[in-house]
Amino acid sequence: MMRDTSQLPAGFADLEPFANWALDTWRERYEKRLDSTMAEMQAFYDATMPRLAEILEYCDAFDLNDLPDDARNLLLLTFSLCEASFPVEAWRQPRVPDSGSADLEMVREPPL
Amino acid sequence: MAHFPKPAEGSWTEHYPGLGTGPVSYKDSYDPDYWQQEINAIFKKEWLCVGRVERLGRAGSYFTREFPWAKRSILVVKDRQGTVRAFYNVCRHRGNKLVWDDYPNEETSGVCRQLTCKYHGWRYDLDGSLAFIQQESEFFDVDKDSLGLVPVACDVWEGFIFVNLDPEPQQTLAEALAPLAEGLAGYPFGEMTQTYEVRSEVNSNWKLFIDAFVEFYHAPVLHQRQATAEESEKLASIGFEGLHYELFSPHSMVSSWGGMSPPKDPRMVKPIENLLRSGLFGPWDKPAAVNDNQDLPPLLNPSKHRAWGIDSFVLWPNFMILFWETGWYLTYTYWPLGPSSHLFESTLNFVPPENASQRAAQEFAFSTFKEYAFQDANTLEATQTMIESEVVDTFMLNDQEILCRHHHAAVREQVKAGGRPASYPWMPASANGD
Repeated sequence: MMRDTSQLPAGFADLEPFANWALDTWRERYEKRLDSTMAEMQAFYDATMPRLAEILEYCDAFDLNDLPDDARNLLLLTFSLCEASFPVEAWRQPRVPDSGSADLEMVREPPL
Repeated sequence: MAHFPKPAEGSWTEHYPGLGTGPVSYKDSYDPDYWQQEINAIFKKEWLCVGRVERLGRAGSYFTREFPWAKRSILVVKDRQGTVRAFYNVCRHRGNKLVWDDYPNEETSGVCRQLTCKYHGWRYDLDGSLAFIQQESEFFDVDKDSLGLVPVACDVWEGFIFVNLDPEPQQTLAEALAPLAEGLAGYPFGEMTQTYEVRSEVNSNWKLFIDAFVEFYHAPVLHQRQATAEESEKLASIGFEGLHYELFSPHSMVSSWGGMSPPKDPRMVKPIENLLRSGLFGPWDKPAAVNDNQDLPPLLNPSKHRAWGIDSFVLWPNFMILFWETGWYLTYTYWPLGPSSHLFESTLNFVPPENASQRAAQEFAFSTFKEYAFQDANTLEATQTMIESEVVDTFMLNDQEILCRHHHAAVREQVKAGGRPASYPWMPASANGD
């Protein structure tokens, strides 16, 4: 029997190619954004945005503090979509324009 | 034409005669001697916010704060009675830093029963008293009662922990924060415990970042590409006007319109903002804790305008709280590191989310905040290097930049006085307590 390696809930199997955007920390999500091409981010955005309402509806059915792993991955995907949305919707490049050497260290962030 | 009414004098700035309207020197933002005077007259004399009480969950919870500008390390701890105390982070034995992990210059936090020195095992109770000396009989003339940790003045306002390096502070915390201490009391800070905290070393004087965050004149220009094309065109043509400005010298505030939460027309905002119902002004759906603006503390939304969006307060000298109409708050703290550099710290604080949608809306608010902060921070370095070039020696400040003018003037008065001055020349006698 094939082992089920899917990381997302069954109803979101079409997003499985983007499951590597399900990252635990803001820093990882931000760095993935910086390391991605605009084409990669556009593909992620185009696949995820039309499903965003469904994703939230699906995740809202669970206790936020006790999310099943696959729902948690799905929610982390939307956090990465937050990051990817700026290059796609505003900047046309991965970095904030004119942000040069500016960087932020995350000292504390809410756990999920 | 003014869209919002200004004081009878015709401008916010002239409402405070003595503040002046002329060009301003920015030598105070790079001169090393002046920087040292600021440290001595302001940072070593004033109450400084070091964090929230929520960081100290129970007796024995502690965190450290590094103050390299004063060559000090501060230890903040909750004692057995629940009192928040602060000490210098120095062992009385031979001066080792008492609490640190891995790297002595990095801040740390944790929970303990007693504070134990890594070097020779001296132990201190949570109230700072010396509890144990390893091989005590080897020492000469030991008086343990005189060998407690050196205390730092510490007090709490509305859950914010403040310390004061002055061994005998000029004022109590409540006096130093007046009239904001009372005027902002009662805001549900304690319910907004879902916190994002970021920091960044910025290559500019600490005052330049305060300048950037006490005026919104820059927003339609520097941040114009953050809005949709149509919206940014409109914003750029109108520019920015504050709803209200007020000086509580040395503190100050600006009140601004909002109106984007939720927007009147969905085309005003980007697609993802409509789906997540969130943006720069925070999640559009208010938490129950702040569902009703009627209960706001008296100093918020002073013009009682229906388009109110945000109030931004400077709590002298280096702490800001921004209250969003949507029901969350931001803090900024600016720690001088040198004449041309500072450590910027910020927290975003929300009511804990009840479901995934609320969680995602908060995450997007953080993401958006960070995009703006990157633009702001990098611009500061560009400003710092050019004012230091001294090609131009005075600069123009408009009426919407009154808080920039005020902050530099209040610094000047305090440097001149060597501590908190008795009065400010631009404030009416009543406000100066004369």
